[in-house]
Amino acid sequence: MKTFNEPNEDVGRFYIRLLAAALFVLVGCVLLALRIYSLQVESYDYYYRLAEGNRISMMPIVPQRGNIIDRNGVTLARNFVAYTLEITPSLVADVEKTIDALSEFIAIEKKDRERFRNFLRDNRRLDSAPIRTRLSDEEVARFMGQRYRFTGVDVQARLFRDYPNGTLGSHLIGYISRISDLDAEKIEARDEAANYSGSMYIGKSGVEAVYEADLHGITGVEHVENTAGGKVVRSLKTEPATPGKDIELSIDIELQKVAEAAFGERRGALVALDPSTGEVLAFVSMPTFDPNLFVDGISNQDWRMLNSSENKPLLNRAVASAYPPGSTIKPFIALAGLNSGKRTLTYKMSDPGGFSYGGHYFKDDKKGGHGVVDIHKSIVVSCNTFYYVLANDLGIDTIAKFIGQFGLGSLSGIDIPDEKEGVLPSTAWKRKRFAKLGPAAQKWYGGETISVGIGQGYNAYTPVQMASAIATIANSGKRMRPRVLRAVTDSHGQREELPPDEVTVISGNPEFLAAVRSALEDVTRFGTATRAFAGAPYRAGGKTGTAQVYSLKGQQYDKSVEHKRDHSWFIAYAPAEEPKIALAVMVENGGFGAVSAAPIARQVIDAFLLKKRVDKPAPEDSGAEPEDEGDNGHLDHGAMQGEGD
Amino acid sequence: MIQRRPFRITQLLSALVRPLDPPLLLILAALLTYGTVIMGSAAPDRLGNQAIFISLSLFGMWVIAFIPTRRLLSLAPLFYVIGVALLLAVHLYGTEAKGAKRWLDIGPIHRIQPSEIMKIAIPLILAWFFQKREHFISWGEFLVAVLLLAGPIYLIAKQPDLGTAILVCSSGLFVIFFAGLPWKLIVPVALVGVAVIIAIGIFGGDWCKPDIVWPGLKDYQKERVCTLLDPNRDPLGKGFHTIQSTIAIGSGGFAGKGWKQGTQTQLAFLPERHTDFVFAVLSEELGLVGVLILLGLYVALLTRGFIIAATAQTLGAKLLAASTTMVFFTYIFVNIGMVSGILPVVGVPLPFISYGGTAVVTLCLGIGILMGISRSRQER
Repeated sequence: MKTFNEPNEDVGRFYIRLLAAALFVLVGCVLLALRIYSLQVESYDYYYRLAEGNRISMMPIVPQRGNIIDRNGVTLARNFVAYTLEITPSLVADVEKTIDALSEFIAIEKKDRERFRNFLRDNRRLDSAPIRTRLSDEEVARFMGQRYRFTGVDVQARLFRDYPNGTLGSHLIGYISRISDLDAEKIEARDEAANYSGSMYIGKSGVEAVYEADLHGITGVEHVENTAGGKVVRSLKTEPATPGKDIELSIDIELQKVAEAAFGERRGALVALDPSTGEVLAFVSMPTFDPNLFVDGISNQDWRMLNSSENKPLLNRAVASAYPPGSTIKPFIALAGLNSGKRTLTYKMSDPGGFSYGGHYFKDDKKGGHGVVDIHKSIVVSCNTFYYVLANDLGIDTIAKFIGQFGLGSLSGIDIPDEKEGVLPSTAWKRKRFAKLGPAAQKWYGGETISVGIGQGYNAYTPVQMASAIATIANSGKRMRPRVLRAVTDSHGQREELPPDEVTVISGNPEFLAAVRSALEDVTRFGTATRAFAGAPYRAGGKTGTAQVYSLKGQQYDKSVEHKRDHSWFIAYAPAEEPKIALAVMVENGGFGAVSAAPIARQVIDAFLLKKRVDKPAPEDSGAEPEDEGDNGHLDHGAMQGEGD
Repeated sequence: MIQRRPFRITQLLSALVRPLDPPLLLILAALLTYGTVIMGSAAPDRLGNQAIFISLSLFGMWVIAFIPTRRLLSLAPLFYVIGVALLLAVHLYGTEAKGAKRWLDIGPIHRIQPSEIMKIAIPLILAWFFQKREHFISWGEFLVAVLLLAGPIYLIAKQPDLGTAILVCSSGLFVIFFAGLPWKLIVPVALVGVAVIIAIGIFGGDWCKPDIVWPGLKDYQKERVCTLLDPNRDPLGKGFHTIQSTIAIGSGGFAGKGWKQGTQTQLAFLPERHTDFVFAVLSEELGLVGVLILLGLYVALLTRGFIIAATAQTLGAKLLAASTTMVFFTYIFVNIGMVSGILPVVGVPLPFISYGGTAVVTLCLGIGILMGISRSRQER
């Protein structure tokens, strides 16, 4: 089989193969060159962008949060720099052991550990969490000496929020806290993720929340060159942050202090307005809390205490709680009667001590009645019978339409979050409210109108609504939007004041308004609030009110059970000639309006008009005659707290 | 006396250098210089080590160059037997590192890698064998050659060391090809190969979809092959290398970002930047211009290799020279191909540029063989 190949046949074949190989190599090299050409010339822009994207990253520069000051420039919220000890769990093998080791030379309490764990749980977007905040210089020095032992643990200088006045005005000022996952989602939804990329805090309540956008500022960006490992090599370009604006509030913190002190241990709310502008002068919800507790993340213990207390210190009673207005509704019903033509200024009726309707006898508080009563007297002595009859004559929808103009039952538009609407009852309201029940439940009964006539029954209004309503009377029927913001000042010192915002003008005859005001002014001179305003060097208009907490069907009203006592109301304005302040005071379970609420109002008005600073609780005037407040035990509807409930 | 002294030095130098095939030496010097420049940017701290490797390699090259080719070929069976024995030893007693068993610890020589020896031993043994069978080369000879090749390849691929296996295998196949393997055999295999590559190009994406089951392969094996084909499937793992090297090359543009100015390189986005992926450093910092200079040097090297092969005196020498040249090409093509993303990533260094002792020693020994063949040719 095997033949001897021709001489040189193998070699000859080799040359052909060599040529083929050379050709192959040539094709290979051209292929490579084309590939590189395609990458470096044709797709250069694309790959250049990718390389730049690799190399350049943007570091957020967190803007400094704006300060909050009161109308006189007193600081209510400010920033300070403090050192925090932060752990990055991803860099630490055993977090608990590390904390144990740290606690040997830095005080770490149980609540610090709790807070640390909560923080990690709620903030998955961040990789490090503080185990201790506000380190002393000595603690920082001690840690620095041991630092080499702790990878993944470091001291950071952070900006903290400080509320120098503590609990004072906390429902108004609010607080900031760490951005939670929930907040982060909301920020994402508002398309503001970039602006919050470096921020740790966000306003959670009060002014801090409402004016978050102004206070936060605009995050700056530093373009840095970084390595693949994320290490920053150098800064390329910086767009500085725009600091948050300073917020100037209309409240006077000194007045606030007097108002809060006046409440003492009592629960309740007070809203004082400048009737001509709607500026909020004092905004009280008692009890208060210390907003500083929230800044670094609240400890479990503090949270439990605030959240489960039956005094509900976190509830903002001034805007988020609605109460039946009691007799404070009477001036508004009176105006409805006059302006609708159902009553005239000269109209007089004889009060027999009650009003019979549909088989029910609606009693007056004063046995045998108040005698002959006109509009003026009905307000001064707070005659129930007069308003039973008037409400019945007007009908519920006329009442709702008229007193609704004062903002009752609708959002006042105050720049404080969580405001509730309260309840302004009408036939339409009842249909809607009981839509799920049968037609019988949705029907409005005449007897219900009669209860509403003296501020009991379905109606319920928030203190800020009542303040706004009385301020509207004081401002001759012009309703201004209540507002706590007075001006904002940006980082260049540019101050922008907010003009007053007129919501509406009450339709009606000014003569009638003047008549009601004159009656209100006599309330403090000869009527139900005489004792509270005894000796006042100014004239004030006011109206007491008592809201029932429980319907006591035939039961004896029990003064001694505190949480069953009636809520005490007082609305007022002063001075009568040219009102500078209008306010609503509500004391939960304070009993008769003249007993609890009126003395608080007096103390606040004194402080405002006379600069009389009193830092103690207003006395309960137990001697005040409960003559205006009826024992309306036959009414079936309990206190209405919260929205439409 | 004084006049003769410079003359003597030149004479000595010429005696030392002339056997080294001056054109090849020149090209080698240019490549090594270029490589040093690149290394000065990619890993300046390793320049010292690389200088030691290069010096040792050049000495080895010089020694090999002085061995007559006939003598070298006659030693081939010995090299081959030693090489295979060492490969078996690796298989039995080898040191494991990074999941592969490639090294032997022998006394003071830490970590000897026998598969590298095969890169020299395989072409030698096959060239020696075909030389022996000159004028009688037929199917039987090719079968024996394939068997000689298959054993070591199996052992190397099992380590596993895909890059070396490819290089060793190709070195053997080149010898067989140049020895005259019939086109009847080559053409169908080449056609099937091309068809498979085209099919992968068109259908590769479909085949790698999650619900497609590959007969006989487990899911992770399929995933590995698929990542090899499409690095974007695993951008943080195996695909990361190719993605970053492609970005480095592309962003270099025509003129490059400048020496030591490559952001991908200097900011460590490019992995393995001083070893297998050094081509990306060159491309990023010196641009298309730098790439074409490198390719030009390589083409010169290959051309010189082909000329030596063409003019070698014996069949054995011709086969050895031609296959050695083609192995250089294989290094170049596979490395640049994988770094630029057209070939899967297998561990093949860029000849004379990549950092690493083993590679530069083997490559310089190859150059030494070419030089020896060139010298033997002149001596005739």
